[in-house]
Amino acid sequence: MAVPKYKTSKARTRTRKSINMKLVAPKLVECSTCGNKVLPHRVCPKCGFYRGKQVLNLEDIG
Amino acid sequence: MRHRVGFNRLDRKTSHRKAMLRNMVTSLFRYERITTTKAKALEARRIADKMITRAKEDTVHSRRIIAKDIGDKEILNKLFTEIAPMFQERAGGYTRILKLGQRQGDAAEVVLLELVEKTEDKKEEKKKAKKKAPKKAAEAAAE
Ligand SMILES: [Zn+2]
Repeated sequence: MAVPKYKTSKARTRTRKSINMKLVAPKLVECSTCGNKVLPHRVCPKCGFYRGKQVLNLEDIG
Repeated sequence: MRHRVGFNRLDRKTSHRKAMLRNMVTSLFRYERITTTKAKALEARRIADKMITRAKEDTVHSRRIIAKDIGDKEILNKLFTEIAPMFQERAGGYTRILKLGQRQGDAAEVVLLELVEKTEDKKEEKKKAKKKAPKKAAEAAAE
């Protein structure tokens, strides 16, 4: 049966895995109403606006 | 053949899932806007949209079919008399899903599932129309 001849070094393992370990910063866009940075396609948690419309009344939630 | 026509089982047994989705759809028709997770919202909207389409035709037959899933008579009546008539002109797409962000705890995507048209707005429109009409009549009388 085929068996690895050498132990995989930490460096080799980490080099292989490094491609998937990269942290990606979230892509943020500016809220068109208040200028707050929000994730795209999300209701702005600061002002409750989405695409120029008030969809959430933040005062109601408290 | 029922190939590639799938749905999300939402990690629940059939009875559990059915009961949950019935409750969600009933709540949607009652409050016209509910907050839930994205996966649940997508499944609930499938049912809600089909119900509204059926409710456009107010017959005993369609009422009985929908009454299988909506136990609350008040909500059943609201669906047939208030909600469905608002969408008479619209061919599908009665609901809207707005993403709110991630939930603290399990990082589930939380969304807002709502009816595209609200019964309150309709009532206000009617009131405005009524208010405008007497004014016009009064103006006409003044002239
Ligand atoms: Zn904002």
